[in-house]
Amino acid sequence: MYRYDQYDQAMVDARVAEFRDQARRRLEGKLTEDQFKPLRLMNGLYLQLHAYMLRVAIPYGTLDARQLEMLADIADKYDRGYGHFTTRQNIQYNWIKLDDCADALADLATVEMHAIQTSGNCIRNISADHFAGAAADEVVDPRPYAELMRQWSSFHPEFTYLPRKFKIAVIASEKDRAAMRLHDIGVRIVRNAAGEIGAEFYAGGGMGRTPMIAPLIRDFVPIDQFITYAEACLRVYNRYGRRDNKYKARIKILVHELGAEEYIRQVEEEFAHLLSVGVEPPREELARITEYFAPPAFVDGPKTVDRSDPDFALWVDRNTHRHKHDAYVSAVISLKPAGGIPGDATSGQMRVVARLAREYSFDELRVMHTQNLLLPHVAIRDLPAVWQALDEAGLGSPNKDTIEDIIACPGLDYCSLANARSIPLAQRISERFAATGRTEVVGELKLKISGCINACGHHHAGHIGILGVDKKGKENFQLSLGGSEAEDVSLAKITGPGFDEDGVIAAVETVTDVYLAARTDGERFLDTYRRIGMEPFKEALYG
Amino acid sequence: MKILTGNDLRSGAVTWWNGTGWSPFVDDAVDVGEEADEILAREQAARRVNAAYAIAARIDAAGHVRPAHIKDRVRALGPTVRRDLAVPTAAKTGWDWVI
Repeated sequence: MYRYDQYDQAMVDARVAEFRDQARRRLEGKLTEDQFKPLRLMNGLYLQLHAYMLRVAIPYGTLDARQLEMLADIADKYDRGYGHFTTRQNIQYNWIKLDDCADALADLATVEMHAIQTSGNCIRNISADHFAGAAADEVVDPRPYAELMRQWSSFHPEFTYLPRKFKIAVIASEKDRAAMRLHDIGVRIVRNAAGEIGAEFYAGGGMGRTPMIAPLIRDFVPIDQFITYAEACLRVYNRYGRRDNKYKARIKILVHELGAEEYIRQVEEEFAHLLSVGVEPPREELARITEYFAPPAFVDGPKTVDRSDPDFALWVDRNTHRHKHDAYVSAVISLKPAGGIPGDATSGQMRVVARLAREYSFDELRVMHTQNLLLPHVAIRDLPAVWQALDEAGLGSPNKDTIEDIIACPGLDYCSLANARSIPLAQRISERFAATGRTEVVGELKLKISGCINACGHHHAGHIGILGVDKKGKENFQLSLGGSEAEDVSLAKITGPGFDEDGVIAAVETVTDVYLAARTDGERFLDTYRRIGMEPFKEALYG
Repeated sequence: MKILTGNDLRSGAVTWWNGTGWSPFVDDAVDVGEEADEILAREQAARRVNAAYAIAARIDAAGHVRPAHIKDRVRALGPTVRRDLAVPTAAKTGWDWVI
């Protein structure tokens, strides 16, 4: 994986020193909260319901063992012994003290990590396919391109004060495992008929209060013009994005209001201009970065496992993913035990995962946008040992892509923006389905819960989505069906009037009953919904 | 009644105005009546509290201070899903009143 050069390290160290001084001045009263707030947000420090919250960037979700161990140490030293992995492959600490924050950032910097650009109207952490570098179906490893974008977008002076936050995802497969078309810019690295590597660009996607699927704006950008094209996309947005209205300031609104055709015309014009300016990094830089992502030294070995233990066999079937080398798999570490808090991991669990990464996955691990962790390169012969260690640490739930594998934002239990709690719903639904054995019966079903319209829990993209709202001071939950964040991307539609907490849990059971009664062989919940439409579900829910 | 709440500047912990200072326990909150703006301005300027604001609350039958809005009730007690991390004294009065 990528290692900082002297420039990366110097920039991060300088930012820690700068923030330390800013925090000191705030504590001494030399800065008001109004003055300090934008400065702390630039360093990922929010003020949430119960305390300060620190969001740490995990570039394209890639970590090594020493970094995860540092995240565990920070949880113990400055927080309350746990962290929360997010849908943008970051980690959040919920109980950081302002007094300690600069020290935590300094500790992070020792392992080449930071919290820069995890808030504010700038280009946020670049996310990517969590199976990058391991997936059997990828054209190339997308991470060198994501890293190049990280370097381009870090402290980019022109894009530090955009109209609104800006999120980019990079993939390199037909399969979309990064919700790419629900980002401000989605990039798919592709190979054209001539065998050349380039990038397909999508722009203007997003969730939030106005969900939109990004249209394709260019089907092939030569890879040596890749950053220049991204710069053109951002420039047009920065110039014309709505700064007068926060709710209309995302690029999706600009692309929608201009129309994709006009946005593309303007981007192409800017692109032609920028090509003459020479903003593209030298090709040697991409080559230098790519060397860091050279595949590990895989060796041949067994291609099957002993399936005599049914629990182990189920976990293998559910939680491992095909690898580009046939003696390896990628192993998904579920952070969704039945009744647990989606995305939370204790410091002890982080250390277990770090050890397993070091011993069994070439010192590599990933954070998935589904709020799970991943060991990308596990030899099939090592799977029993890995599973046993995970199971002992409470990390062996065999529920990837099932109704127990719920994405849930922190909701009203932690978040100052939320209107309703998300986590208790996730806990009760996962417990109920696990207890009744329906999880396996139902099969693939992606349930996503947001505690407010900002949609951090991706409810628009859930096969079943739940949105928490405030109804006269009480929590109320809207149910929606038919969303997908994958290559078959779609936005979920609301079923009808909302429910209270008990009611929405019953409603989830009801819609799965309808699915089970109507499905044909091999159909997922989403397939059945698309075939039979909303009406049978509405009929069952509302009579 | 109108009570004041905010976060401690250094720790970020939730605090409640008790008439002379800031307490971590919602039951210590006092009715500030028409003095809310004056107290908030003074206390924030002195950096004794951060991001403070006035909210509506009531006294329940057992004499406990209960914020009117669910968000402030969650703030008063802690995450409902991590009761081990709750504000200890507040948690002694149970959780039923939060949601």
